[in-house]
Amino acid sequence: MCKDDIFVAGEYDVIVIGAGHAGVEAALASARLGCRTLLSTLSLDNIAMMPCNPSVGGPGKGHLVRELDALGGQMGINADETCIQFRMLNTGKGPAVHALRAQADKKHYQFRMKEVCENQEKLDVKQLLIDELIVEDGAVKAVRTENDEYYLCRAAILATGTYLKGSIIIGEHTHTGGPNGQRAAEKLSESLLAAGIELMRFKTGTPARVDSRSLDYSKMELQPGDEEARNFSFMSDVATREQVPCYLTYTNSETHKIIMDNIHRAPMANGLIKGVGPRYCPSIETKLVRFPDKERHQLFLEPEGNHTNEVYVQGMSTSLPMDVQLAFLHTIPGLEKAKMMRPGYAIEYDCINPLQLKPTLEFKKISGMFSAGQANGTSGYEEAAAQGLIAGINAAMKLKGQEPLVLKRSEAYIGVLIDDLVTKGTNEPYRIMTSRAEYRLLLRQDNADLRLTPIGRKIGLVDDARWQRFSRKKEAIDNALKLLQGYIINPSQEMQQLLAGAGMEGIKNSQTLYDLLRRPEVTYDLVQPLFSLPELADEVKQQVETAITYDGYIKKQMEQVARMERLENRRIPGELDYADVPNLRDEAREKLQLVKPMSLGQAGRISGVSPADVSVLMIYLEQQHRLEGERA
Amino acid sequence: MQQDYTISAIATAIGEGGIGIVRLSGERAVEIADRCFRPSGGHRLTECTPRLAVFGRIYDEEERFVDEAVCIVMKGPHSYTCEDVVELQCHGGSLVLRQVLGLTYRLGARPAEPGEFTKRAFLNGRLDLSQAQSVMDMIQARTKASLEMAAGNLQGRLSEAIGNLRQEILEIIAHLEASIDFPEDDIEEVALGEAEMKVEHIYSEVQDILSSADRGRILRDGLRTAIIGRPNAGKSSLMNLMLGQERAIVTDVPGTTRDSIEEYVNIGGIPLKLADTAGIRDTDNLVEQIGVERAYSYAREAELVLAVFDGSDGMQEADEPIWHLLSQCSGRIIVILNKADLAVRIDEDEIRQLAAKKEVENLYCIVSMSAKSGTGLKELEEEIQNLAFGGKIGWQESVMVSDARQQDILRQALLLLEQTRITLMNGMSEDFVVIDLRSAWEKLGEITGDTIGEDIIDEIFSRFCIGK
Repeated sequence: MCKDDIFVAGEYDVIVIGAGHAGVEAALASARLGCRTLLSTLSLDNIAMMPCNPSVGGPGKGHLVRELDALGGQMGINADETCIQFRMLNTGKGPAVHALRAQADKKHYQFRMKEVCENQEKLDVKQLLIDELIVEDGAVKAVRTENDEYYLCRAAILATGTYLKGSIIIGEHTHTGGPNGQRAAEKLSESLLAAGIELMRFKTGTPARVDSRSLDYSKMELQPGDEEARNFSFMSDVATREQVPCYLTYTNSETHKIIMDNIHRAPMANGLIKGVGPRYCPSIETKLVRFPDKERHQLFLEPEGNHTNEVYVQGMSTSLPMDVQLAFLHTIPGLEKAKMMRPGYAIEYDCINPLQLKPTLEFKKISGMFSAGQANGTSGYEEAAAQGLIAGINAAMKLKGQEPLVLKRSEAYIGVLIDDLVTKGTNEPYRIMTSRAEYRLLLRQDNADLRLTPIGRKIGLVDDARWQRFSRKKEAIDNALKLLQGYIINPSQEMQQLLAGAGMEGIKNSQTLYDLLRRPEVTYDLVQPLFSLPELADEVKQQVETAITYDGYIKKQMEQVARMERLENRRIPGELDYADVPNLRDEAREKLQLVKPMSLGQAGRISGVSPADVSVLMIYLEQQHRLEGERA
Repeated sequence: MQQDYTISAIATAIGEGGIGIVRLSGERAVEIADRCFRPSGGHRLTECTPRLAVFGRIYDEEERFVDEAVCIVMKGPHSYTCEDVVELQCHGGSLVLRQVLGLTYRLGARPAEPGEFTKRAFLNGRLDLSQAQSVMDMIQARTKASLEMAAGNLQGRLSEAIGNLRQEILEIIAHLEASIDFPEDDIEEVALGEAEMKVEHIYSEVQDILSSADRGRILRDGLRTAIIGRPNAGKSSLMNLMLGQERAIVTDVPGTTRDSIEEYVNIGGIPLKLADTAGIRDTDNLVEQIGVERAYSYAREAELVLAVFDGSDGMQEADEPIWHLLSQCSGRIIVILNKADLAVRIDEDEIRQLAAKKEVENLYCIVSMSAKSGTGLKELEEEIQNLAFGGKIGWQESVMVSDARQQDILRQALLLLEQTRITLMNGMSEDFVVIDLRSAWEKLGEITGDTIGEDIIDEIFSRFCIGK
């Protein structure tokens, strides 16, 4: 690339390719950390678009949103401002798995996010289709658009979602394109391949949207939101909000018959789809084939927003031909007269093999080149946003010459997500699940701020307002715990009467109020008036109660973490050539060479690397360390 | 630098050497040794000067004497691993050594990985650079050897049994996890009561496997056996017969005190641990109250009781206390009708009737023999084999869980399953139930060499129809 022969249209520190959920978080983080940032999108009308379900959060995903928020990301605030129904799921299944889920007003969500991006200092938002990545001497230098404009950069973030060589499939028909009638990025894949990046082909799908006016809701079950106002962001104070309900209905044998009669016309059968689809989000035809004994499948009718009649038919993802889609929809109670506004379709796209990334989300092969979101083989808005934030932070950290942010598995679901991707890779679109986290009890959605706000502050994304709010809450929790631990009660007659009066069993020995609160039936509110304790805000009370009630379990997980930590903290130099390490088994050597783990802990999580291999590696590193010492 | 776990292993070559050493290394080495080793001077091990050989005795957690030993404490960094190291030099014999090793596990030490002492020695700077290569060689070589050993077992019943149990646990986990991760999907709610029953079942299965380990233990440690009978019934001759027959005495410590003399005799390949043999000998000659009481209490707890009656004499009044004692025995009882070469005055039916009348519940069988001439010994051997290995379970299978490490893993898995039961009984929610259940599942995987992978998630997707 010679600058004299080309049209240099701009020069940035960081260029983000794609303005979906990963792209906007990456761009906002980078700009907020002081980098001159370009956010490029192939359609300015579709920033932060939700091409699939109109919802944010759920188990694991809601956790990600809260973590993202605690670190200074945008998704939580944006959802709080624009969503139209909130529910806390799993409330009966334990504190670790409570999960907030919201129904989005898609357009409102997009426009609000667009507004935030457009008004962010140091951030330019442009409509561009990037055709080529310019890599020289193993580092990213610039991008070239379809109109041969060059934008120079010091770092770039790939956030291309499902647009790389996107291909839409409905029944026997197929055409190139991104979701919802968007263009596809046809040429960028070639440029990635030329730079030595390995690509994979994944597939996902979405159901039809139907006209709300054509639905008979009286035949469906009402699914209202929670009465209590809830928010993702620790900064949001939205106390009242209009709650738009969803509706539940079911498929039946007639639906199944139509689908099975036409199963030969499904793209998965007729050979049009070659990509690997996600197991947790199968099409209705896949569900019927895999679970033939299931008599009915549930469908949720979810509104796409306040200013549209489009309704999303959750559970009905399909790429069957149009006539079949319409026919089976009409067999469903409440949908007999449904008018289809958009059909369901499958989309195939290129994504990168995430094993090529460091835990910072930078390519091992290309300095300054980062990648985030669905382009990394994940699925879901929240997973994308989480990676986008980390990629944006780490691009900025790199340019500033500062330590990158790598969250541990014991610190955040974001850490679990990224560690899984870069250590184990994925052979289907990866979705976060709470069952992927081994320290689930520590990674609660209610304590995401306690876990991560200090980290966000250190990085520079947590502003003073958030920091003060956090510090107040933290102090209140610490004070309350200290007070309860120091408050000793004795089994005097008065005390027993006092407790009995509040409906509690008496105590046998002297104990602290902290101990008293260990009893499952004893709450802070019950104890507070008896001992004239200070009144606490709900969020503080919740932390105090959880910390005390689950004390034993939490301690046990923390011990496990501490044990793992020793290996996590043993760094492996990036330039280590595993061919030089004697005594590794071949399989282990191959995998280690591929993954190039950052720590011994990460090395131990690679499938095919045994504890003995880790021991050998440990000895080898110590040997090298001492040799260096001798040389010095 | 101290490593996370305190490890323990037999440091001397396996075999019947004169002295065998169990070595501990790590933060808790001294504490663990202190809990099982009593210096003969009456003071605690922690009060002894490091690096000095201390003579004393090893007792297990139930205060049972295990062995005499010499103990040496080496405080880090002045030790092989640069950590606190304790060596317990025992009387050798793999039975006793394994017993001591198992004891250290139960008191909190972890089985050392192959080559781990040397690895720690290197990492902590004890070994110089030139030795790094040989350390790495050793780790891989020993791991390979131990895996090969395990592979022998893997084809056996153990891996199959463990594999089945892991699958059962996995199914419970997958159901719980599916309902947690996909709360709005059409997944049948987990009935926690049902989960409790399943966990209960798995718990008892693991317990069974552990008790099969008992068969392994019997082979290693010997079957605790008591010989009782009125004076002159023929206890001494029986013992002499067994001792003479098989000169496989593993430990014979004629100490100054006689209260704990133990001898091993090998009957048909099964080591019997005869306690208080001195007492048995003595009471034939002189009725000494303390000795008798001691013999009685040992008999009550023994796994095998050989009750010797003089068949030529019929039942006498002096046999009464023996019958009374037999009714209190928790172990299996073999009645030996001795002096079968003389005119027999009582037959097996009469013995059975008598046993029923005296409420002796654990009568296993009756063997007629002559301790003097040795007739009937073969039959006795067979009966003892049957008793120890249930007849159908032969020798090969009985080595199922003879490995102390495997046993330790099973024991820990059992604790985790117990925790799961408690969590369920306390009415805790799903996410807590999963914590211990997952740990138990992972723990059992250590035996079969299966590591944590995508198994749980695969199981969820193969069992439940999930998705938007």
